[in-house]
Amino acid sequence: MRLHGPLIACRECDLLQRPTALAGHMVARCSRCSGVLYQPLDDDLDRPLAYTLAATILFVLANAFPIVGLEVQGQTTVATLFGTARTLYDENMRALGVLVFFTTIVVPALQLGAMLYLLVPLHAGRVPTLLPGAVRMLQAIRPWGMTEVFILGLLVSLVKLGAMARVQPGVGLWSFGALLFAIAAAVASFDARVIWAKYRPAPGGIDEAGRRHASSTP
Amino acid sequence: MRPGDITAAGAGLLSCLTCGLLSQPASHEEDANACPRCGRRLHVRKPHSLLRSWTFLVAAMVLYLPANLLPIMDTESLIMGSHSDTIMSGIVLLWKSGSWGIAIIVFIASIMVPMLKMLAMLVILVAVHQGVSTHCHDLARLYRILEIIGRWSMLDVFVVAILVTLVQLQLLAAITPAKGALAFGAVVVLTMLSTMSFDPRLIWDSAEHARRRPHG
Repeated sequence: MRLHGPLIACRECDLLQRPTALAGHMVARCSRCSGVLYQPLDDDLDRPLAYTLAATILFVLANAFPIVGLEVQGQTTVATLFGTARTLYDENMRALGVLVFFTTIVVPALQLGAMLYLLVPLHAGRVPTLLPGAVRMLQAIRPWGMTEVFILGLLVSLVKLGAMARVQPGVGLWSFGALLFAIAAAVASFDARVIWAKYRPAPGGIDEAGRRHASSTP
Repeated sequence: MRPGDITAAGAGLLSCLTCGLLSQPASHEEDANACPRCGRRLHVRKPHSLLRSWTFLVAAMVLYLPANLLPIMDTESLIMGSHSDTIMSGIVLLWKSGSWGIAIIVFIASIMVPMLKMLAMLVILVAVHQGVSTHCHDLARLYRILEIIGRWSMLDVFVVAILVTLVQLQLLAAITPAKGALAFGAVVVLTMLSTMSFDPRLIWDSAEHARRRPHG
């Protein structure tokens, strides 16, 4: 069977559809399942790069400083991000410690690292060598980054402790709060389609922006 | 045949879930195709989607019991004595101490979300096996919600981690993590894996299948 012209398949229900041009902030949805097909292509890499740089600085601060301190009768204990994972590990909860370490430190670090690796060269007009792998990794680890859940956990912990001790928010806490928004903004403004468009024209196929390439050989 | 009537699979095309490229399969072997642009391994549908989804789901359901029945942390305190907290007793404590808002948030994230997630995944899987015909839109929407809310159940694991780290004052109190927290963390990870393994395109395949053979 041959279907000619630009086509895309819905990721959620696999229906083939012809993309049409979008105006302004419109979103194209699948005619069958209403899943998002595509959004207007924003070629500008300034914004995602700016958010990613901001998020990286905040991430370093959030890790370098204590997030919160607890003062009881003149004694103060502080918790760093790494410290919380480390304590679980030391308290014979190794799997849980690794899970916390992974979701709050490793995944956000990989996300930011991969985005910088992609955006810095692309912004300067060069294509990074490992581009496909980096985008694939970003997609795979995205659900496992839990910065915002950790923040909510922090809030709940502080309420629980509020009754018995004085809680001192640390530099890390403010950085962490800001990091939440910076990471969300960076991830939201990062459109992988722009990356693919800059990477290379799709050989033998039809790309997600609806362009069929001349070189296509079925 | 026009687009809008046929799926990529129906047209013999492979759709890449990473970069969105449609391509003709280069080989007829199931595992041999890679996306010509980004190199991702291509499959018509996620491989062994239903089997993997079921396996993770059943494992999560089994662990849901110890996750809720076993204590998630032990507190030893000179003033208040020592006691163990399960997830539910921690919520009750928050509620009694007047932090209603926080108690409700923890209840939703730790009790309701995991339970509803497992139920929803069960409903979707059973529907796909039986051949849905009418509620595809609801099932698709349900799946989208599952993908978004899954991570929030980690809340209590983080709370335990933070409390254990902060409350190490040997004089006043000490909090140590308990087995329930481990089971709970496992439930969250397993339900997330179950959701990720599932291929939402199967909902529509199943409907298509049921429509073509109404009496089969």
